[in-house]
Amino acid sequence: MLAAVISLSLLGAGLGLALGFASRQFAVEGNPLMDELVAMMPGSNCGQCGFPGCTGAAAAIAEGTAPPTCCPPGGKALAAALADRLGIAIDLSALEDRGPQLAVVAEEVCIGCCRCIKVCPTDAIVGAAKQIHNVLREACTGCGSCVERCPTEALVMRPVPATLQHWVWPKPAAA
Amino acid sequence: MSPPNGGGMGRTPEGAVPAEGPGVPAGAVLPSPHAHGGASVSRTMGLVMAALAPATLFGFWMFGWPAVHLFMMTLAACVLAEYGCQRLMGRRSSLGDGSAVLTGWLLALSLPPWAPGWIGVLGGAIAIVVGKQVFGGLGQNPFNPAMVARVVLLVSFPVAMTQWVVPVPMGSPGAPDFVHGLQITLAAPPLPDAIASASLLGHAKTELSRGADLAQVLGAAATPPHDWTGLRPGSLGETGALLLLAGGLFLVFAGVIGWHLPAAVLLGLAVPALVGHALAPARFLPADLHLVSGATVLGAFFIATDYVTSPNTTAGQWLFGLGIGVLTWIIRSFGGYPEGMAFAVLLMNALVPAIDRWLRPRILGRDRAGRPLALPGD
Amino acid sequence: MGFLERVFARPWGVHPEDRKRPAADVPAVPVAVPEKVYIPLAQHVGAPARPVVLVGQKVLKGQCLAEAAGNISAPVHASTSGVVAAIGEIPAPHPSGLPVQAVTIAADGEDRWCEGEVPADPFALAPQEAARRVAAAGVVGMGGATFPSAVKLALGLRAKIDTLIVNGSECEPYLSCDDRLMRDRAAEIVSGIRLILHATGAREARVGIEDNKPEAIAAMGEAAARHGEIRVLPVPARYPMGSDRQLIVELTGREVPSDARAADVGVLVHNVGTAFAVHEALRLGRPLVERLVTLNGGAAARPGNYRVPVGMLAADLFAAAGGFAGTPARLVMGGPMMGTVLPHLQVPVVKGTSGFLALTAAEAAAREPAPCIRCGSCIRACPMGLLPLEMSARIRAEDLSGADGLGLRDCIACGCCAYVCPSRSPLVQYFHYAKGEMSARQRSTLRQESTRKLAAARVERVEREAREKAEAAARRKAERDAAKARAAAATAGEAA
Repeated sequence: MLAAVISLSLLGAGLGLALGFASRQFAVEGNPLMDELVAMMPGSNCGQCGFPGCTGAAAAIAEGTAPPTCCPPGGKALAAALADRLGIAIDLSALEDRGPQLAVVAEEVCIGCCRCIKVCPTDAIVGAAKQIHNVLREACTGCGSCVERCPTEALVMRPVPATLQHWVWPKPAAA
Repeated sequence: MSPPNGGGMGRTPEGAVPAEGPGVPAGAVLPSPHAHGGASVSRTMGLVMAALAPATLFGFWMFGWPAVHLFMMTLAACVLAEYGCQRLMGRRSSLGDGSAVLTGWLLALSLPPWAPGWIGVLGGAIAIVVGKQVFGGLGQNPFNPAMVARVVLLVSFPVAMTQWVVPVPMGSPGAPDFVHGLQITLAAPPLPDAIASASLLGHAKTELSRGADLAQVLGAAATPPHDWTGLRPGSLGETGALLLLAGGLFLVFAGVIGWHLPAAVLLGLAVPALVGHALAPARFLPADLHLVSGATVLGAFFIATDYVTSPNTTAGQWLFGLGIGVLTWIIRSFGGYPEGMAFAVLLMNALVPAIDRWLRPRILGRDRAGRPLALPGD
Repeated sequence: MGFLERVFARPWGVHPEDRKRPAADVPAVPVAVPEKVYIPLAQHVGAPARPVVLVGQKVLKGQCLAEAAGNISAPVHASTSGVVAAIGEIPAPHPSGLPVQAVTIAADGEDRWCEGEVPADPFALAPQEAARRVAAAGVVGMGGATFPSAVKLALGLRAKIDTLIVNGSECEPYLSCDDRLMRDRAAEIVSGIRLILHATGAREARVGIEDNKPEAIAAMGEAAARHGEIRVLPVPARYPMGSDRQLIVELTGREVPSDARAADVGVLVHNVGTAFAVHEALRLGRPLVERLVTLNGGAAARPGNYRVPVGMLAADLFAAAGGFAGTPARLVMGGPMMGTVLPHLQVPVVKGTSGFLALTAAEAAAREPAPCIRCGSCIRACPMGLLPLEMSARIRAEDLSGADGLGLRDCIACGCCAYVCPSRSPLVQYFHYAKGEMSARQRSTLRQESTRKLAAARVERVEREAREKAEAAARRKAERDAAKARAAAATAGEAA
């Protein structure tokens, strides 16, 4: 009885010491994951995640303080890729995917102030002073930065209209 | 482009009469195919039960009311356990598919017919709760629930699980009536010596451990009668072997199960038994005894072929079945227990995910490894 | 395929009740042209056609309404004479009910053909010229895939195919439009087959017809008797025999590698309807503007085959064919195994419409799905050798790459697995969903890539502008300094 207690205690203490030593000795300075994650992010620094730019978001995700699902423009594809890289399981179905969004200029309200053009991270808005602006569909990432800047609320986010070519069958409800 | 003539999503074309009458409910996107072959889970379970029925009725007749009471209590325990689990988990009840009843049925067939009722009740609860529902219910369990329960009972209550009786057919003198049967099942009085007996496999094992020569043991008068018709001690699933064989063949012809798996189990047991008996008749039982004794036929046609816990491909089923047969023979011949089918099934169940992973069908246009076929010119 | 492989071949596929008769035995009925036809611009795989007519313009039957836009595309033609009433969106014949661009023609009732250019001897045309004419006639695969036929002809010529397979198997239950076409127009189909042989340079043609259509086999055999290069071969009735990979194995023993096309193994597959359309295009100069459509199902009042102008609404077609017998529980375009449910009947007949089914509740056999019991029926039924139950389990858990690794891309969505499933799992929907979701994710990855480029370009632009501004400022400052210096020098000079 005593022998068992002693041997188990010794075993536990020894292994604990070994683990503690290893955690100090082999501790990784900085996070090599970071650069990899930054490379995966959209890179438009739109700020929808609430972090300072894509680098900030990548840092938070690498630390584990933000879920991989925090990037709205990245959507499910990015979330799945990040989770895969981090080796964690995420519930993609819980990710509220509003689907891709698109900024649209209400032509009758736009005053041509050019403020939105200056904040667009992908140069997706064209126009000149006192001219009605327009959004290039292909270039708009749906980040919504322009909506906040518009003094006349002429910019609104709309879901990208569904098309026959891009329509996807809904996932069957669980049996 | 000129103005649209219809407008937005799903609107009818301009000038077209709006849809009158028939249509599919709005919002429902129904997938193809729009026809079905008619197979259903409850139909499958029903056919299996129909195939089990003759052997079961034969067993009822042979072992009398105690067997009937034990059977009913086991089934009731399974159904109640299934209902209770699904209530607890807040799931829709799936009692209608008949799987719980079938599990109880198979378990009951593998119990000693005069075993105390609590054995059946406990076994039924273990089968459903531990064997099935903890894994997520129908289709999710890695091990055959009935065999899980049988093995748990066997290792926990070895005495109660090996108390066999000689057949006392209903109506024959000495056969217990309904009330007496109920007393036997509920109160479990000690069995009179005239009735208590060992099964053939158990007897052989005991004699062997004493160092006796099997050839003499099998000829001796004290040996339980070995009778093809089934008039001998054993579980309902053991004695009704011929009727179970008929039921199993019915399932094969009805297309419920394939012939590969039962054939593999029987071959896997018969071949080593033939070889062993030919080499050392004093040490190993003959193949025909192996095939009709224990739960060989029940196991080959009804237990091993359980959809959920058997491999999906034909090649996998051959491997799985042969494994069960050989393991059964090894356990019966060398192990501590006289009967090995349940253990063999559980051991092979554990290998099913691996078998399914490695023995996949070849995809058309790809080789066995999954690479696209090379073009003839390359 | 060796003898052993033939004996031990996996028994793939299913044998659904075919229910083709009595509809198949009724002679095809031409349908009167409705008041309006709605001709979608995208009736084929590939880019939608570009309209070349204006609203209000008078068009004749067979006149080109929209021309092909790009390499993989096909033109569409007026299916009757009349006035272009509108060019815009109408509901597509698609389960989503999403709109599609279409040209609406208000028919004038004369149904007058425009003059077509008919070559004196189509066999004197160069193969390329024959393919060009087939393209101009808007011929697409009539078996349902609607791939532009001319593209396939050119591909066959380039790949030096040796065998043309003509698909007359029509393995889908209920449908009989190909059967009817083969019985009534065997000579024209054979003429079309010979033209396709000419356009592709193939040596021989094998016509595969399921053995549940003895009349069609007889008619085609008789029509092809004079042409040694065309052989009519009955194939066992088994679904999905009409799938091209399965039919190629059955008729030639060749197996198309999963990452290759049929042409890579020297084979090209065309539907009998396509052969007929090629005949019409090259011999009569007529574009593809009408087709045989099967109306069938327990709730169809007069099941049969109807010759229908492309663009006629399904509702008009059913009205012309006696309406419904009882209330249909499900409206399907195509066959019951692979067809798509229609949200309503206000959708046009397109080039790939083989039929409309009005199914009763008993026929549609819809039931709530139950958990999978791993019975393996789907694995035995799968004609491609896939593991539907494993794939669907992964898709349920959102493990799309896992499903892909099991061969999701090889799935032909034939529906055999769901047809035999005792648990009624919507397996085909799982696979549709996963394929769509995978390509959606691929698109979004591409999009992200372009976003990154755009963002980088913007950063670069902002920096460049700042630099240029700084440079300009520096230049101006330098100029000012220089001017100041000159002025100072001048003042100094003056002063001196």
